[in-house]
Amino acid sequence: MAKKVLRELRLNRDWCKGCGICVSFCPKNVLELDSKDKVVAVRPEDCICCMLCELRCPDLAIEVLTDQESDNE
Amino acid sequence: MAVKDYLRERFFPHMWCPGCGHGTILNSLIRAVEELDLNKNEIVMTSGIGCSARISGYVDFHSLHTLHGRALTFATGVKLSRPHLKVLVPMGDGDALAIGGNHFIHAARRNIDITAIVMNNRIYGMTGGQFSPLSGPGVKATTAPFLTIDSSFDVVELAKAAGATFVARSTAYHAKEATGYLKKAIMHKGFSVVEILSQCPTHYGRKNKEGDAVSMLELHKTNTAPLGSKALKENPSLTPRGIFVDVERPEYCSEYDKIIDYAMKEAR
Repeated sequence: MAKKVLRELRLNRDWCKGCGICVSFCPKNVLELDSKDKVVAVRPEDCICCMLCELRCPDLAIEVLTDQESDNE
Repeated sequence: MAVKDYLRERFFPHMWCPGCGHGTILNSLIRAVEELDLNKNEIVMTSGIGCSARISGYVDFHSLHTLHGRALTFATGVKLSRPHLKVLVPMGDGDALAIGGNHFIHAARRNIDITAIVMNNRIYGMTGGQFSPLSGPGVKATTAPFLTIDSSFDVVELAKAAGATFVARSTAYHAKEATGYLKKAIMHKGFSVVEILSQCPTHYGRKNKEGDAVSMLELHKTNTAPLGSKALKENPSLTPRGIFVDVERPEYCSEYDKIIDYAMKEAR
């Protein structure tokens, strides 16, 4: 089956309130809060596209955009 | 349609506090509607008063922001006059079971095709953290500085006893599971109740030393267990999650149509 690969982590900093739910529950520690208490992706290359941040974000501020990795690579 | 097509983006960022579970419930609900590929012109959301009730302002469905506790009565009116519409009624714990407790049990008794979502954060958040009938004993609130002594309702047992034909419980932590239950509840013909445990870090968490939103979500994980699981068998004090009731019973609008047909025949 084709694997999902990350195209873009779209973080809406205007909507983010910095609760830190995405940061704490990310299994790969991709996200952090910056000095303004807003979410930033510090290790996007580690993202496994589990979508948990997008699903749990109470501010609907995260979108995980993915591509399908082709099998014949 | 994308998830954002179901939102009224002009009202964002929303008014809920940082880390409020109600935002996650909105997230789960929007995803359920999107995965079912429902037409947003055929959904009506009615809500009452409270933090939870503000949800109807953020969704791009037909929406009614109504009286405290009376969301289900408005929903009943909408459903009876336009039975083809899907009616979603998100309510807070106080809205559903204190102020609107009577409407809740009678909507369940009638088995009218409405989806009731109880966003249970166990406190009245909007008015400053008074305890609700779902707070349970031993909880600190502004109206109970020396801890509450009242027992709480069990939403699932109450809905079952009142006659709801679909009853489920999930939490804000289990967002994916909640989306699944919401999808089933929306498609169920009859009165469906989905209780989703939510967190209020501002009023409940702070007073009860449950910490911030993250540690409150951790409690959702550690204090609940799926129905039929080993963890639940070993520790019955955990709150069970899952689908408790999923049965068929004559639905109110269909029965009402039959009575109209009968009366029209008699009149002729």
